[in-house]
Formats: sequence, structure tokens, C-alpha cells
Amino acid sequence: MLILIRAVIGRDLRLAMRRQADIVAAMFFFIIVVSLFPLGVGPEPDQLRKLAPGVLWVAALLATMLSLPRLFAEDHRDGTLEQLALAPQPLGLVVLGKVIAHWLVAGLPLVLLAPVLGIQFDLAGDALAVLTLSLLIGTPALSGIGAIGAALTLGVRGGGVLLSLLVLPLYIPVLIFGAGAVDATVSGLGPQAHLSLLGALALGGVFFAPWPTAAALRVALE
Amino acid sequence: MLEASNLECVRGERRLFADVSFRLEGGEMLYLQGMNGSGKTSLLRMLCGLTPAASGEIRWRSQPIGKLGETFRSELCYLGHHNAIKEELTPLENILSSARLAQESLDEEAALDALELVGLHGREDLACRYLSQGQKRRAALARLVHEKRALWILDEPYVALDRAAIQLIAGLVGAHLQRGGLAVLTTHQAVAVPAAAVRELWLGADDATQQRF
Repeated sequence: MLILIRAVIGRDLRLAMRRQADIVAAMFFFIIVVSLFPLGVGPEPDQLRKLAPGVLWVAALLATMLSLPRLFAEDHRDGTLEQLALAPQPLGLVVLGKVIAHWLVAGLPLVLLAPVLGIQFDLAGDALAVLTLSLLIGTPALSGIGAIGAALTLGVRGGGVLLSLLVLPLYIPVLIFGAGAVDATVSGLGPQAHLSLLGALALGGVFFAPWPTAAALRVALE
Repeated sequence: MLEASNLECVRGERRLFADVSFRLEGGEMLYLQGMNGSGKTSLLRMLCGLTPAASGEIRWRSQPIGKLGETFRSELCYLGHHNAIKEELTPLENILSSARLAQESLDEEAALDALELVGLHGREDLACRYLSQGQKRRAALARLVHEKRALWILDEPYVALDRAAIQLIAGLVGAHLQRGGLAVLTTHQAVAVPAAAVRELWLGADDATQQRF
């Protein structure tokens, strides 16, 4: 079981390395969207500090959305998905591997960039730490939930727009608790409650989402 | 071993075929023929369990394939229209990673042997996007060299291949049948597979479906 998940992750990472433009595009999108806000709303530190968690989290959602359509599309086009569906193990495990690989490629870079970008918003050290932590816990949920949407819109014309309409509403709880954790730290309440809920969402997203995703993929393959 | 009874396929509003029944034992090959659009690929996908049949039943070792699930899939090797080859990977990486994903043990030595046999010697380390259509097909078919699963379902395996490669693949299928395996294949090229028992099934337009022996 673990061997299979590792094989899927290894293959997807290798493919991502051969196609680095996709990763870099999503990272630059994240950097640029976040950097435009201080330029747009002006340099008042108080205002920026208040905006920071929301801006970073919304930018992270959108950057994740960018790479989601490709999660299954390539495998679908070249017939690999059929082979994975016919492999003698649950398709859900394959999806779990792909979700983890997607997070490593599309989620983890955002987490690593967040503390640097947070400085533009004059965030204090503890707020920066909580922001990074919230992204670290929350981005796996984005990959997991997004996989359901990517599978449901597989092979649909104009699937990208439909995917956003399907997935962004499901991202709302992650956004609320993620940005809320930073707000709670800044206002002195402590981020534990928000982070715990975020952790629950991430566990749910990563470990339960692969099964409906697998069901949606089987329908798409019919 | 493989038994289909009264299969019906409906695509959209159209009924492609109905009442398709056949039985295939070890060492036998089913040669599926029909015009374009007669439902050959649909029937193959049904036999794999990818597409559910509108009606009828498919049994493997006298159990419905839906119930067998992973047990059936572990005895199935399907090669579809698409090559299932990653353009970014080399033929060697492709064959190794697809074996790993199918949970088969295949060492690099055996993989190189297979690639050499299908005539990709010297191209093992070239990304597949630089290969020609026929070479990509050869890379996809290289997995048949070491394939030990009992049921092979091949959809137009000879497309894009040259004559030598077609003979090679026909030989591989023949050897598989001699080991007691089963094969179902479609093709528009008349290629003699060196095998004892070949059954033919014609998928005609509408109700002209008939079986010949």
C-alpha cells in the first residue's frame, strides 16, 4: 500500500520536475498577487497588517486553483488514468498519492514563500510564524478538496471555470480558519482553536477526499 | 474462463450492439471485428470493467467481474487506443514506473531487455516526446514482453507499427496463448497470430451481430 503511494508520488514529482514551468508559474502568480496589495492600498502599516492574513490566504487559494486542472487531465489524455484505474489496488490510494504529490509541488512552495511575503505587510514575528503554520496545515486540505473538483470536471469543456465554481466555495472554511488563526494571534486570543479546526479540515480533506475523487474518476472514464 | 452473456451497449441514444455472447477458455483468442463505430472499443472497455454494460453479464472464472474487482484486475492487462506513455519520461522510466504502479516487480535489466526486443535499443534514455508515433507504440507494447497476467485485452495493437513490429507483437500474443493465457483483440489488419484456437466475433450494425467459429 505504502509502496504504491510512494510510486505515485515519485512518478508525479519526476513529471513535475520535467515540467517546471507549471510550478514556477503558480509561484509567481502567488508572489505577484500578494505584492500588488501593498502597492494598491497604500503604505499604512496598520491597514496592511489587518489585510495580510486574508490577502495571503486568498492568493494561496487562487494559486492552488491554477494547478488543479492539470491534476488528472494529463493522465486522462494519454491513457495513464485508465491503467491506474485497472491496477489491482483501490484507485483511492492512487489519488491519495497524487494529492500528496500535488501538495508537495503546489502547496509547499506557497508555505515557504509566505514568511517572506508577509514582511511586506509589516507582520510581527509571531504573526508570521502562525501565518506560515496555518498555511502548512491548511494547504493539504486545498489539494485534497480540489482533487474532488478536478475529477468531477475531468474531460468537461471549459472545465477550468467550472472547477473554480465548484471548489472555491468548499475552500471557504479553510480560508476562514486559516486567516482567522493569524487574526486571533494579532488580537492576543491565541491561534490554537483555529489551527485545530484547520488540522481537522486537512485530515478530512487528505484522507476522505480521495474516495469520492476515485468514484468521480471512474465515472469520467466510462 | 471469460464468459460474456447477452451484452448490450448503449451510447447516448444509440444502441451499438445487443445480445453479444461468447465464451473464451485458456489458450484461446477472440478476434473482434467490425466497422468503425460498431462498438469494438466499447466492448473491450466493458470486458475490462471500465464501462458498465447496459445489460448482460461478464464472468471471469465463473464469477461476475464486478464482484471480483481487484482479483480480476490483477489478472488483466489492457492496452487501449492511448499509449499510456508519459511524453516527459524516457521509455525506460515509463516501463519501470508503469510496472511499479501495477505493483509488478520488474528490474532494470528485464526492462532494458524488453525495450531491446521491441527495437528501442539506443532510445532508452530519450524522452518519449522525441520518439515517432510507431516508436511510442513500441514503447507501450514493451510491457507485453514480460507480462504474465492471464487475460490480455488489446485495442488495435498494430496501429502505427511497421511490419516487423506487427510480427513481433503477434508472436508475443501467440506465446502468451501457448502458455494458456487468453487474449481479446481488435484490429483492421489481417495478421495471423500463431495460435491454435482463434474465435471471431463480428460486431455488425444494429442487429447483425453474429458469432462465427
